[in-house]
Amino acid sequence: MMNKSILEVNGLTMDFGGIRALDRLDLDVRPKEIVALIGPNGAGKTTFFNCLTGIYLPSDGDIRLVSPQTGKQSRLNGLKPNKITKKGVARTFQNIRLFSQMTVLENVMIGTHCRTRSLILGAILRTRKTRKEEQETIDKSYDILEKVGLSEQANEFASNLSYGAQRRLEIGRALATEPFLLLLDEPAAGMNPQETADLVTLILQIRDEGHAILLIEHDMKLVMTLSDRIIVMDYGKKIAQGTPAEIRVNRAVIKAYLGEDVGSDNA
Amino acid sequence: MITVKEVKRSLLVSLWFVFLTFPLMVIKVNPFERTVSWRWSNMVYVAIGTFVISLLAKAWFVRKENRLSRQQEDSCRARTPIIQRILQRPGYRYPLAAFLLGAALVFPHIFSTYQANIMTTALMYIVLGLGLNIVVGVAGLLDLGYVAFYAVGAYSYALLNLHFDLGFWTVLPIGGLLAALFGVLLGFPVLRLRGDYLAIVTLGFGEIIRLILENWNAFSKGPSGISNIPRPGFFGLEMSLDQAMIYMYYLMIGLLLVTIFVVNRLQDSRLGRAWLALREDEIACQAMGIDKTRTKLIAFSLGAFWAGLIGVIFAAKTTFVNPASFTFMESAIILSIVVLGGMGSIVGVILGALILVLLPEYLRALSEYRMLAFGAILVAMMIFKPEGLIANVRRVYCYKGKKSNTSLKNDE
Repeated sequence: MMNKSILEVNGLTMDFGGIRALDRLDLDVRPKEIVALIGPNGAGKTTFFNCLTGIYLPSDGDIRLVSPQTGKQSRLNGLKPNKITKKGVARTFQNIRLFSQMTVLENVMIGTHCRTRSLILGAILRTRKTRKEEQETIDKSYDILEKVGLSEQANEFASNLSYGAQRRLEIGRALATEPFLLLLDEPAAGMNPQETADLVTLILQIRDEGHAILLIEHDMKLVMTLSDRIIVMDYGKKIAQGTPAEIRVNRAVIKAYLGEDVGSDNA
Repeated sequence: MITVKEVKRSLLVSLWFVFLTFPLMVIKVNPFERTVSWRWSNMVYVAIGTFVISLLAKAWFVRKENRLSRQQEDSCRARTPIIQRILQRPGYRYPLAAFLLGAALVFPHIFSTYQANIMTTALMYIVLGLGLNIVVGVAGLLDLGYVAFYAVGAYSYALLNLHFDLGFWTVLPIGGLLAALFGVLLGFPVLRLRGDYLAIVTLGFGEIIRLILENWNAFSKGPSGISNIPRPGFFGLEMSLDQAMIYMYYLMIGLLLVTIFVVNRLQDSRLGRAWLALREDEIACQAMGIDKTRTKLIAFSLGAFWAGLIGVIFAAKTTFVNPASFTFMESAIILSIVVLGGMGSIVGVILGALILVLLPEYLRALSEYRMLAFGAILVAMMIFKPEGLIANVRRVYCYKGKKSNTSLKNDE
């Protein structure tokens, strides 16, 4: 292996009562890699994201994170979501979860929270350190807004943005937490072709800046153009993995998506 | 603007109200003389009154809809209410603040001590409102037991003074800190709760504190309360009752200014933004790296801190505390102040407190209908202006060199 993995998932299992949403899933992500997670609805993709980010506590298995900067290894199981974000994993949500009554800029500023420090006393006394930190937060957030193309709407309420813009703002907000692994949950859902094309450019740009990206997506064209590797899930299990070209001709994948290939059986 | 259909509708509304209020307004039974008098004129008043009000309300809604559709394309700045726009202009803002401060300072010398006393009460409710505003308005944690912290502050002064002979100025911070500690104690078990569930638990907490004070005679002297609590001293100066009241008034003005300063800075900080985010979406908030537990506990304890301070002042002002002062009604009034004024808005809370505390004082003649009017105002607010008298406006930040013409503007 050329690069050491930054995320290693071994035998991850998640049970909801009698239902096994994830079944001994193995997965790894390497630095600066775009990995796509695909599968039919209900395959357990979002559950996997929720386990990874600490919203669910996995029933079994191991999630390990290796920081590319320090090389320090840590186990994510059972950590609170905010601790995981601090370790360098950020995510977006399938059903957009912005802070709708805050401005666009403030939404991004929230993302910097885990990298800044000032608390009650700093806020009341407004010391030089606090003011410096505030200004840095504002400037950094503004730079991120420029990157995702929302600097014009910085002072709008987040709820006033168009659907595509809200998705981009979610990505911007996640970037503000300075992650090395970015999890995108259906980033192109509900976007028109032009917006999707812009999104592809944006994701590639983010990758080039050194972030690894793990994404769930149903838009196959986007998945095939972007991904370095694709992992296919069905009923909580990994049924295939490989490059886009390999996945395209994989029989198990075709079966999961389209059902049994009756024609080839008869031949 | 008003169509026949709407007139018809209003007519129906007024008929309905006549029907509803018929037994109350028209029939009057005299049980001693065993007669029934029919006050038909009241029915006419009710009919005309509701008809007019319903028409006015309809017209108001039509106007509001027109305005909204016109503003659809405007940005969030355009919707800023007029008071906020005035306050945002430094040219108006500072003279206005100076005028208000001046008026507040000369107030007790122009009007009677009685008026100053009422004003002191109003100021106390403003600070209480601002404290609760942190918890309910900014962090979005519906707290119905806020009065418990107020009681903690009041009793800490009463008891510490009784047993250890501690003075007002010593107990003031202690009372605040004790209340903050209780805030954390309440915060821990309710961390997972939100909305209605949180409201019920906090309501219970408020009642528990009151019941303990009422029933644990050995500790709190029970329902008879603690009397002869000394007023705050001023370097050992002897003061007459009038002077003491005026001193109290200035003390409250001072505390209010400190509160506004602190709350304003807190709201407009990293912590304040975290509270807002917590109010908007808890899961997203955590996923963005905010420690939910810590942020909530800080909100609870800071809110409780102000209640504790005011509790100490309340005990010193009335020189007497008993559990009857800390019923759920108090929590409800403070909450109404926050809701009426506008969640999260400091100016709104000040205005709300003045309205809700001063109006009942000056409308003593109508005191029988006080609760009725109270309810009616709140219902009307929820229908016509759910965001409160003065909605909170988000801050506009300036970025390095890029838009330097937008100077640092505050939301207050």
